Amino acid sequence: MNVPTTLLGLLEPEPSHGYELKREYDTLFGGDTRPLSFGQLYGTLARLERDGQIAMHGPEQGEGPERKRYVITTNGVGQLERWLAEPERPEPMLQATLYAKVVLALLSNRPAAEYLDAQRAAHHARMRELTTLRRTGPLRQALLADYGLFHLEADLRWIDLTTARLDQLRKEISR
Amino acid sequence: MSIAVLEADEITKSFGATPALRGARIRLERGEVVAVMGPSGSGKSTLLHCLAGIFPPDSGAVRYDGRRLDQLGDTERTRLRRTDFGFVFQFGQLVPELTALDNVALPLLLAGVHRREAYTRAATWFPRLDLDGLSGRRTGELSGGQAQRVAVGRAMVSGPKVLFADEPTGSLDSLSGEKVMDLIVDTARAEGTSVLLVTHDARVAAYADREVTVRDGLVATPVVAS
Repeated sequence: MNVPTTLLGLLEPEPSHGYELKREYDTLFGGDTRPLSFGQLYGTLARLERDGQIAMHGPEQGEGPERKRYVITTNGVGQLERWLAEPERPEPMLQATLYAKVVLALLSNRPAAEYLDAQRAAHHARMRELTTLRRTGPLRQALLADYGLFHLEADLRWIDLTTARLDQLRKEISR
Repeated sequence: MSIAVLEADEITKSFGATPALRGARIRLERGEVVAVMGPSGSGKSTLLHCLAGIFPPDSGAVRYDGRRLDQLGDTERTRLRRTDFGFVFQFGQLVPELTALDNVALPLLLAGVHRREAYTRAATWFPRLDLDGLSGRRTGELSGGQAQRVAVGRAMVSGPKVLFADEPTGSLDSLSGEKVMDLIVDTARAEGTSVLLVTHDARVAAYADREVTVRDGLVATPVVAS
């Protein structure tokens, strides 16, 4: 899970306070088992600010320091764009990252289906490489390639199902 | 651009009021293995049937070796399917009353090859099919994977220019499916046969040189993987 870029994705539609970011992150991505700690949240926000990807506004009058508002910068939007559009290297256990990309793309009205198509193509290309390895190498290499192939196949089934459910998901998460 | 061995240009096909293809385009180059993927009902099998001349499209052009396949009559298309195309389907394509050898020899006999030569040529395929010693069995006495390898032999024995394979591993376990796909791809490469492979299985599609996706009766624009 790429926490910094995910936070950028949550900040892009509108500026937010730290605790709101945490609540939204936990709701969308944390589930019951992986909530974002405040330490990780504020540490990440500080690094994003240092790198010029977000700016901090406030605190506004009458509000405590925890009421600072975080705003994404042009640099931050660029970073988010690149991350969303770039297919992940096809490897096992991508679900959390792919899921986050889909949700953030929908939240920002970006072409989630195109991102999934690009990911699908990257997966197919990797599967062709592994199939060649499996067909040309010794059995131990073939078995390792098979392991990768089955995991990539599971990802692809998820990608296909998610593509078919994008409209439903868009409705469910729209704010 | 060179002449594709097989090409569909903006073809449409409906069954009653239901459109199955809505302007599909695809090119198959010589010696190329292309996987056609897509959800159930997307039109991928209809695309295969139109490309193979099993039925003509309602509109658009299908060209085989630069010639309009869709403008040929039934008899001419049937002859072409027998001489230039091979077919492997998921189920039920072998004649159960015949032996494996009879089944492989059948296309040659139908094409008018002398009986002795047809059986000699068919028999040479059995080692390649990894079915040594099984040529005398009736197809009901073979496992699913063995029967499907007989079907590949029957499809390839007359040296087709294009092999059409529609879910060729759909009813097989993983290991038997792999053997069938190894056989299809290895024999097609050796014979210079182009393959159009319809499958919903990504691991089967990974045997191809490239894959295209059919959605809602259209061949989706391919995304180039970075």
